[in-house]
Amino acid sequence: MTKSRIIVSVLAALLIGGAVSAFAIAWRPAIAAIEPPAPLSFDLVLVKRGRDLAAIGNCNDCHTVSGGKDFAGGLPVPTPFGTIYSSNITPDAETGIGRWTEAAFRRAMGSGVNRDGQHLYPTFPYDHFTNVTDEDDRALYAYLMTRQPVHAAARANQLSFPLDRRFVIAGWKVLFLRRGTYHPDSTKSAEWNRGAYLVEGLAHCGACHTPRNALGAERASAQFAGGDVDNWHAYAINAQSPSPVPWDADALFAYLRDGWHPDHGVARGPMAQVVSNLSSVPESDIRAIATYMVGVFGAPTPDRKRRGEEVLAQVKSPPVLASKTNAAGAAIYAAACAVCHETDRALPYGGVNLALSTAVSSPDARNVANLVLSGVGAVEGERSPIMPGFASSMNDDQIAALLNYLRSRFSNQPAWTGVEKEIEDARRTQTVFLQTSPGPRNAPADAMQREKP
Amino acid sequence: MMILKVNGHHHQIDADPDTPLLYVLRNDLELNAAKFGCGLGQCGSCTVIVDGKAVLSCVTPLLLLEGKQVTTLEGLGSIEAPAPIQRAFMEEQAAQCGYCIAGMMMRAQALLQKNPKPSDEQIRAELEPHLCRCGTHMRILRAVHRAAHLMQTTDASTVRRSAQ
Repeated sequence: MTKSRIIVSVLAALLIGGAVSAFAIAWRPAIAAIEPPAPLSFDLVLVKRGRDLAAIGNCNDCHTVSGGKDFAGGLPVPTPFGTIYSSNITPDAETGIGRWTEAAFRRAMGSGVNRDGQHLYPTFPYDHFTNVTDEDDRALYAYLMTRQPVHAAARANQLSFPLDRRFVIAGWKVLFLRRGTYHPDSTKSAEWNRGAYLVEGLAHCGACHTPRNALGAERASAQFAGGDVDNWHAYAINAQSPSPVPWDADALFAYLRDGWHPDHGVARGPMAQVVSNLSSVPESDIRAIATYMVGVFGAPTPDRKRRGEEVLAQVKSPPVLASKTNAAGAAIYAAACAVCHETDRALPYGGVNLALSTAVSSPDARNVANLVLSGVGAVEGERSPIMPGFASSMNDDQIAALLNYLRSRFSNQPAWTGVEKEIEDARRTQTVFLQTSPGPRNAPADAMQREKP
Repeated sequence: MMILKVNGHHHQIDADPDTPLLYVLRNDLELNAAKFGCGLGQCGSCTVIVDGKAVLSCVTPLLLLEGKQVTTLEGLGSIEAPAPIQRAFMEEQAAQCGYCIAGMMMRAQALLQKNPKPSDEQIRAELEPHLCRCGTHMRILRAVHRAAHLMQTTDASTVRRSAQ
């Protein structure tokens, strides 16, 4: 973060903080504690629905650390303002949400306030969860309150004054928390509306895929234009999508459901946990998300459509190209990459032809750098694509040569700038965020060092 | 023609620069400890040490190795004078068919050079890329712990042999 940005955000936070305390709008009452309800007091059908909803919400991703107990929290979430740790959402009476009433849970989801009346940091995406219906909140509550209670005290956030004062968040909410950002549209199908409800609400796709402003709020004017998560770029998923082949509803459905698609490759990085969770929810919900998102992508322009067709044709019969300008990169690609990325082995066990790779056509080299260095690790208990990492066998110059070659050969985009810096960053954060928490069943394992800030 | 440094010796290699290191080790230098398993960097049986780090020799072309030090299992010890990692694997009888074991030993060796006293969890995480069909995993775990212990207790003459 630049100095000016720090100054601006601190000034703004002070101003906001002052104003809100003056008007006392920061104050929220505590909601009386209850004895933790008996798990058997919840309707099983409701619990099951809550399970599916929690998977759509990707709750386990942030609320579980590598090798830790499900939903016990403690994951550091790095932000430009400091590190915030996820909370324990198991029904433990002392350290979890065991003493929360359903109303307290609903208030946290809808307006980001905990049972004690303290404001929650918006790393918990209540700017999306405010769209979740009371009925779905009830199911989520039933699911979470019937999990194994885990005694795990919250870790202290690392934030500097004034952001360590929770009332400051009340000001943030005045500026950025908009209720009802999802409205049903009666001119659209029920499926589209269901998709819109999920995407704008519980699935909180924009939390990663929408860029954020200096105060950490999603920029409404750039919805789905691509954002940052950990050391990865979350691609634009609107008309600016860098995907070489434009997405359609069937491809999106398959990708979200199975975690890969032959025209797009495999979902890895922070998206791995998302698709892992989505593999077990009702198919109709994934269809709905795909239907809605295709509208967000919009119909591809004739140019993009033609380019997509060209790429698909080129993949079927690749021209033999020798790079005269980047012989080193070409040689590394031919020797180390082509053995998997240009074979007849089908996805997801063969590598995607890199002409189809969104990462190679993306605005920056971050994701490719992450992948080349760390590879794609096997996922415990799941069939999953894997790729060896090359961090130990390639030096930074070799990786830079390779990345520049991939960009020039496999995309029609201008050369990347700052590749060296991105490789350095990727090496530093290598493997830290490559995979996500082991979480509940079905989740990619081996987060290795993800619990380290 | 390039110079490849393996186990402290310089070798003149007459092979295309895109030749995988594994082929050169086995075919040209007759160092057969590293095994061909999948050829795609997915099973770990071809693992050797390059500049102190475990690498998959089947997906490492020669052109990446200029000026680097390669160490294979043969470079750690011999039948007469096994290195701690080799002794430990023998004493724990950690091999059944043995095909994966050379690779496992090399990655374990690289781990122990960096972390002389790894926990069970760290060993499991480190050896995760290695496949073993026989199922001697528990013995392999014990062998790595034993090797860690041996390395701390054996004299410097064995330690000196360890890979750079």
